Amino acid sequence: MKKVFSKPESLQDKNNSYCPGCGHGTIHRIIAEVIDELGVREKTIGIAPVGCAVFAYYYWNFDVTEAAHGRPPAVATGIKRCLSDRVVFTYQGDGDLAAIGTAEIIHAANRGENITTIFVNNANYGMTGGQMAPTTILGQKTTTTPNGRDAKRDGYPLKVCELLSSLDGVCYIERVSVSTPKNVLRTKKAIKKAFENQLNNCGFSLVEVLSQCPTDWQMTPVESVKWVDEVLSKTFPLGVYKENTEQTRK
Amino acid sequence: MEKVKINSEKCKGCLLCVSVCPGNCIKVSDRINKLGHKFVVFSENEKCKSCGFCFLMCPDTAIEVYK
Amino acid sequence: MKGNIAVCEGAIAAGCTTYFGYPITPQNEIPAYMSKKMVELGRVFVQAESELAAINMVFGAAVSGSRAMTSSSSPGISLKQEGISYLAGAELPCVIVNVQRGGPGLGNISGSQADYFQATKGGGHGDYRLIVLAPYSVKEMYDLTFLAFDLADNYRIPVMILTDGIVGQMMEPVEINPEFRVQSSEIKKDWKLDGCKGREPRLMRSLIMEEGGLEKHNWHLKKKYDGIKKTEIRCEANFPDSAEITVVAFGIAARICKSAVKKLRQEGLKVGLMRPVTLWPFPEKAISDIAAKSKKILVAEMNMGQMVEDVKLAVNGKCPVEFLGAPGGAVFSEDEIIAKIKKL
Repeated sequence: MKKVFSKPESLQDKNNSYCPGCGHGTIHRIIAEVIDELGVREKTIGIAPVGCAVFAYYYWNFDVTEAAHGRPPAVATGIKRCLSDRVVFTYQGDGDLAAIGTAEIIHAANRGENITTIFVNNANYGMTGGQMAPTTILGQKTTTTPNGRDAKRDGYPLKVCELLSSLDGVCYIERVSVSTPKNVLRTKKAIKKAFENQLNNCGFSLVEVLSQCPTDWQMTPVESVKWVDEVLSKTFPLGVYKENTEQTRK
Repeated sequence: MEKVKINSEKCKGCLLCVSVCPGNCIKVSDRINKLGHKFVVFSENEKCKSCGFCFLMCPDTAIEVYK
Repeated sequence: MKGNIAVCEGAIAAGCTTYFGYPITPQNEIPAYMSKKMVELGRVFVQAESELAAINMVFGAAVSGSRAMTSSSSPGISLKQEGISYLAGAELPCVIVNVQRGGPGLGNISGSQADYFQATKGGGHGDYRLIVLAPYSVKEMYDLTFLAFDLADNYRIPVMILTDGIVGQMMEPVEINPEFRVQSSEIKKDWKLDGCKGREPRLMRSLIMEEGGLEKHNWHLKKKYDGIKKTEIRCEANFPDSAEITVVAFGIAARICKSAVKKLRQEGLKVGLMRPVTLWPFPEKAISDIAAKSKKILVAEMNMGQMVEDVKLAVNGKCPVEFLGAPGGAVFSEDEIIAKIKKL
């Protein structure tokens, strides 16, 4: 018998610290698989966010740097401008990218930085115990919206793909999820494209992954992936928001 | 040889693999691993088509699939 | 050459390959000059969307092993403090230029020395130090910026050039020392991240969560800082052995004091000048030695009294310490200093 599915080389053989059923582990693995398939492990530099995935560097098997909360796109800009032949990507959560780091992501995207961003949207601040995130949906209960997010008081969920796809520097934007095997495969395809775009000097690519946070959502893992499919993806529809691989930058 | 190998020390018992397995080939064991989780076990080698759904959903890379 | 341009030329000569900045007066000549020069040299220039982004771009460039610089003025340096703390924690070399203006708040755009505390006592969160260099002439803007890159790489530490709007805007001839050679370009940055080809993957972090890990890291930093204190103190003393009154001043204030002291000497008064060039590490021993011989020390600063605290610690009661200040972007004249010294 032949091994058909196993741990990629770009992922270390370690237990991760995520809660049972958390989507981060799956997304880490998908990124590692893509890096292996593209043969770029030895020239990849990842940027870990502040949040649950700050420890991503303990799990990936390539160079990784930390960045201050929200600043990965600026750090990525610094690295990529110095080492333009390396593969540079940021891995950011919704608090990191869509709240405290809004300016950094918009301007990195608008400059058309030739980097890849994997944006993990689990609709709350996981690490700090499940507070309202910019992507918390209306009515969703969190520790800081105990009666559910109210548009009048808390504003509306921030739609990052829709927002960024209007920028000229952006090459590719897609929203995916890891809620089913089919969606996992779709996510892998999207992430692969986002890295290929960088290798082809096409400018900025972002893949938003709707991810489950069973612990803070107070659901079982199986209930939480169902909630992604049936509820979360109604506010954040899956699909390609922009694809302009014609554009190449020098 | 078993088509699905589950590393019981990596499994956190989230059951996402169980929920997507088309042949119901994976079940929860009644044992607890060092992490304190009731891990899952693979039991139905005949029914397994090596589709890899369990691997795709596993957040802990605790599963290997053979064909 | 203008002071701000001398900073650029010093940086370029020292092999600065990346510059990230954001507009703010009175340092705008730096990004403008760098946008032209760096591009001509095939080096990196990015005008960032904010001071936060600029300092974090510096972080990224430093992670990749490049010699990186950013410049700003007081309110902008406040915004950069988050990044500076992370750079210090991760022990990343870089050069940060503060062309100071009056504060607090938006303050004004006149030259000032009100950021001494911020530069030398931390500024950002956590237990850390920067090497702080205070040029007092256009030539020193060049020389100390050049030196800053070597110090940064040698010690894996962010280095700040603490200057002000007056030196930044001042024009003077600059003679470039042909002996200047970049020393630490030979330093092997065996910590940089450039892809793990032929080696184990590396990690750059300032988050240290393991039991006792951060304490250990902080003691390691302390040891490094103590080493810097031993070898890198720089100061200039005029008439240290024959002065009854010694003026202590840095940067542009020292420039004004220097000519006041010269005039008083011509009048026969036994006056001297001590000018710290490194504000951190601070020349404690040199000041203590002078205090032992002087009757009085006068500290003159363009602020409400900041370095005077460090001078008092160094003097430790050996002689009285007086203060002359000019806050809010004000400047004292040579005559004011002369009058103050005569009154002492």
